[in-house]
Amino acid sequence: MSATRTITIDPVTRIEGHGKITLQLDAHGKLVDAQFHVTQFRGFEKFVEGRPLTEMPSIMARICGICPVSHLMASAKACDALLAVEIPPTAVKLRKLMHLAQLVQSHALSFFHLTSPDLMLGMDADPAIRNVVGLAQKHPELLRDGVALRRFGQEIIALLGGKRIHPAWVVAGGVSDPLGAERRDRIAKEIPQAMAIARRTIDWFKTVIECFTAEIESFANFPSLYMGTVSPEGLLEQYDGVLRFVDADGNIVADNIHANDYQKFIGEAVENWSYLKFPYYLPGGYPAGLYRVGPLARLNVIDRCGTPLADAELEIFRLRAGWPAASSFHFHWARLIEIINALEVMQGLLEAPDILDPFVRARARPNRLEGVGISEAPRGTLIHHYKIDRNGQMVWANLIIATGHNNLAISRGVRQVAERFVDGNKLNEGMLNRVEAVVRCFDPCLSCSTHALGQMALHIELHDAEGRIVDEVRRD
Amino acid sequence: MAKPRIATAWLDGCSGCHMSLLDLDERLLDVLGMVDLVCSPLMDIKEFPEGVDVTLVEGAVSSSEDLHKIQKIRARTKILVSLGDCAVTSNVPGMRNPFKTEQLFARAYDENADYPPATGVSRRPTVQIPVLQRRARPIHELVSVDVFVPGCPPPAEAILYVLTELLAGRIPNPSLLTRFGM
Ligand code: SF4
Repeated sequence: MSATRTITIDPVTRIEGHGKITLQLDAHGKLVDAQFHVTQFRGFEKFVEGRPLTEMPSIMARICGICPVSHLMASAKACDALLAVEIPPTAVKLRKLMHLAQLVQSHALSFFHLTSPDLMLGMDADPAIRNVVGLAQKHPELLRDGVALRRFGQEIIALLGGKRIHPAWVVAGGVSDPLGAERRDRIAKEIPQAMAIARRTIDWFKTVIECFTAEIESFANFPSLYMGTVSPEGLLEQYDGVLRFVDADGNIVADNIHANDYQKFIGEAVENWSYLKFPYYLPGGYPAGLYRVGPLARLNVIDRCGTPLADAELEIFRLRAGWPAASSFHFHWARLIEIINALEVMQGLLEAPDILDPFVRARARPNRLEGVGISEAPRGTLIHHYKIDRNGQMVWANLIIATGHNNLAISRGVRQVAERFVDGNKLNEGMLNRVEAVVRCFDPCLSCSTHALGQMALHIELHDAEGRIVDEVRRD
Repeated sequence: MAKPRIATAWLDGCSGCHMSLLDLDERLLDVLGMVDLVCSPLMDIKEFPEGVDVTLVEGAVSSSEDLHKIQKIRARTKILVSLGDCAVTSNVPGMRNPFKTEQLFARAYDENADYPPATGVSRRPTVQIPVLQRRARPIHELVSVDVFVPGCPPPAEAILYVLTELLAGRIPNPSLLTRFGM
């Protein structure tokens, strides 16, 4: 049956970047279809043509101001491949350190600044206060923790790279400057406080999770494939490793996928209603090859985290959320576990005997014409694939961005939540906030993919079969 | 006295300028206490309100929607601040300008995609999404701008200085605290 009414939520707010949602209803107010549209196009894959490969990390970082470091990593790794160098071991450790600092700040932003207003103030709270300002008034201690945790990550990025956003320190072949003892000690000194925040937040979260049973049941809760990077030992890994796909029952369906082979497993589909493409698991076909990436997927694909505190939390998580955890609401919980793991790994990196070693950059001219770099951004796998000419100038690029991988799952999740909560005959704002909240679970980064400002009013009119307005919702 | 009404908005940027604002950390909470934040991507207000005193805008004007937004923001804002290099010069979004839109789309949706199978039917997204403008442009090419704050992103200190000066009724000159690209 074709839709007779369309509800538009534009823009989706409290996400990074901009998208909108349309819900199509039939004459009886029943949901026919739901779509999540990404509304901006940026053109990085084309406009880098003719530029020297050495510019790539800095330009590609500007894809996203929230996870620029992950783009730096994927880009620099693609460049390492083009130079055909193995970067010095200390450079690997320093890149990892910065990357994990970013994971902490980005997860903190997603959890505290963007999501916790829904958790603390309620999905049905007044939209005028359901935000950081309302949080500052009602739960200042929680917001302060979030601000402190985000600051922790940002300061480490600045200590290593000279500035908090878009540092130029990660370069083809390694990093530009080694770490000094004084800065190492400053970073190490901050870890205990960050860990204290992370642990009290996860302890609190485990006590409130029961209040969200309805959301857990319907927030993009369906069987699917999951993809993430694992270390050669099958442990949680954000910087380097191999890709693994796991199915809805936890069976490994593809493993040990090297960056260069990504195109054998991942296809990219186009739908005419979104600028963001829809990657799918190639052997599964489109759209059946839907898979999810990001914190939830990473915890689903690994054998263990590999650090004691995070592994203890993972055990509880798998017991209570199931394994593989199918509800996207659990992305939030997974984020908290990843923060704990990141802090533990950072501690270990700082204690490494060679962390202050001055050899941090391999210098070479381009030695290959094609290279792929992969990193795990806070919100999922990033793939940067470049081709250059013999002078080291870019001739072609393909980028698959974290939110792209989740694009199919987000639209399907929006449909599921709308089916559960949106009653086409009696609309209210809280219903629509839940539709947006499912998108927030994925912590999409639409600037990463393409993004737009949206300040059009949320204004929904519901007409009956004769075209009379039977209900109206306005949020402005 | 009523608190000054402040808004923030993003057009075609990377969110980095907004992140730089958040980089005020605890001081951001103090700023939020002094103003009335009436619209921002961090909030659920969907319609840009009337009677805003200061709006910080990140990003270049890249699509029909950006254009529509910036015109509305301009009409409803006393002091419009171009925040960051994308807003001031078009910066990274402007890198696509030497290429035709068709070339950009051909790369993304023909060459770098494999579904639906190529049958000669166009794969271009056209439904429910804004139209891309031929060029990404700095904000002041479209509407008048009162304060320019360069930087990629401008440091948090510079943003704080600009806000403090504006709240005190003075027009800031952030040139000592910022430079392009930084
Ligand atoms: S000026 Fe820089 S930090 Fe700001 S939106 Fe543009 S690319 Fe991002």
